[in-house]
Amino acid sequence: MAAINRDDVAHLARLAHIEMSAQELDRMAGELAVIVDSVKSVSEAAGDDVPATSHPIPLNNVFREDVVGHTFTAEQALSGAPDSDENRFKVPAILDEA
Amino acid sequence: MTDTKELIRLSAAKLAEKLAAGEVTSIEVTQAYLDRIAAVDGGERGVNAFLHVNAEEALAVAAEVDAIRAAGGAEAEALHVLAGVPIAVKDLIVTVGQPTTAGSKILEGWHSPYDATVVERLRAAKMPILGKTNLDEFAMGSSTEHSAYGPTRNPWDLDRIPGGSGGGSAAAVAAFEAPLALGTDTGGSIRQPGAVTGTVGVKPTYGSVSRYGAIAMASSLDQIGPVSRTVLDSALLHEVIGGHDPRDSTSLADPLADLVAAAKTGNVEGMRIGIIKELHGEGYQAGVENRFNDSLELLKEAGAEIVEVSCPNFQYALGAYYLIMPSEASSNLAKFDGVRYGLRVLPEDGPMTIERVMGATRAAGFGDEVKRRIILGTYALSAGYYDAYYGSAQKVRTLVQRDFEAAFTVADVLISPTAPTTAFRLGEKLDDPLAMYLNDVATIPANLAGVPGLSLPGGLADEDGLPVGIQLLAPAREDARLYRVGAVLESLLEAKWGGPLLAQAPELGELVEAKEAK
Repeated sequence: MAAINRDDVAHLARLAHIEMSAQELDRMAGELAVIVDSVKSVSEAAGDDVPATSHPIPLNNVFREDVVGHTFTAEQALSGAPDSDENRFKVPAILDEA
Repeated sequence: MTDTKELIRLSAAKLAEKLAAGEVTSIEVTQAYLDRIAAVDGGERGVNAFLHVNAEEALAVAAEVDAIRAAGGAEAEALHVLAGVPIAVKDLIVTVGQPTTAGSKILEGWHSPYDATVVERLRAAKMPILGKTNLDEFAMGSSTEHSAYGPTRNPWDLDRIPGGSGGGSAAAVAAFEAPLALGTDTGGSIRQPGAVTGTVGVKPTYGSVSRYGAIAMASSLDQIGPVSRTVLDSALLHEVIGGHDPRDSTSLADPLADLVAAAKTGNVEGMRIGIIKELHGEGYQAGVENRFNDSLELLKEAGAEIVEVSCPNFQYALGAYYLIMPSEASSNLAKFDGVRYGLRVLPEDGPMTIERVMGATRAAGFGDEVKRRIILGTYALSAGYYDAYYGSAQKVRTLVQRDFEAAFTVADVLISPTAPTTAFRLGEKLDDPLAMYLNDVATIPANLAGVPGLSLPGGLADEDGLPVGIQLLAPAREDARLYRVGAVLESLLEAKWGGPLLAQAPELGELVEAKEAK
């Protein structure tokens, strides 16, 4: 497996929507390289015959009765919003044309 | 009325008895704890276990319980055994009427529009909620130093960490600021703080306590559980919060076992207790190892059969955990983007698009450890690496489960030190994330496999006089075994010490003053 480098971190930070300064990218790349190196052995631990476990105690088909339960009012749902207008969350331009 | 200094040192079980007998009122108890919080928690050198103190509401609930008791009759009869016994809640668990920050700037000042299921259950039992306790940001850490609101200090030595992420809950209980607390445990965040503060903490079987209203870090690992000073107290609290919840689709439908009765069984004769070869010895502090051996000796004398088991795949558990946990966290934390709640930060210049607002908000709102884990998780899940990292880690999870299954064919309960070391110094591991992660080596396997674990005080390490934790592990759904063995071991140890371990902790009032005078 390839080691993680500064360009990788810059790309990942963009994907994760976290702005990072040049300094932060340098530091993060160094720290992550050490961590990634330390977890490498995991990929050699199990053979192809071992199934993956995504959940410790599998439950299937968890259903509930099809009845209307408690829902938030618009006021409650918007109570923590940084900005709202006419019972909706308000955000800056979604496209690149502010 | 009992002296308040004595009152705050009583166990929750004892407080419940005194409340029921009318020897003390809930107002007196709750006020005594609020006074203690005011005395030791704040200031430059305070414990800093609480991020928010909920005095008004707590006293109102206490008054309500007292009024019901005074009136007598059916309503008084129907009161829960812990009614009027106060509790602190980790600030990762949402509460109406109090802020919930998750230890992060991104949620500073945020109020949840709903209660977590466990909080609803505390309210139904009429337990006054003293406030919200400090934690590593979004529960990511082993020292509480990653809290955006400053570290919590260990009541045994204010220059040392109280463990993490639930250092606030453990320190609050250890410093007699609360008799009980709620924690959450994703890789050891209830058990490791319990170990280093000389308190009891339990991670229940995955799915046996509702996670509805716990802000998710890694959904397949997270579990809410009790924090207390005695094993019986944890059993009492576990029974309040446990049981099925239709609002959590991972909640188990099984009825809750009688955990309090298990804690009162009083014998371990004939029980097979397995030492995990891989979870002691090399890499464990000498004083930790010594106290671990003392506990084995006591259990043997009490008639338990000590066997040795090997779990060879545990060597991969830490690595697998540090792939699975960040992967799930990177997805769970995507919702903190400055749109629906919490902080919104606008970029200083350039086009004002939502994408740039998200980037600026998350840059300003998240601390370093949270950013590290989000980037690591994004990496582990990215195309080309998914099979090698996340996929492989999930296979290791299967291997760890198989190791547990094999071990539980020869042992009823497994035992190990909870953490490889006692409390380290504040700042000691802050610049070395990997060294910090290694502190969770003994607690992580239980989360990967979903099995329950309990940590109880095992004594003080010879070299530094700090608390050592003993961890017990049982098969999934067999939490009762932990309480049975834990309570017996606790009583044997306390007989040896001549009282609870916390009786040996320094007087905090004097410690805080002495530090301030320096």
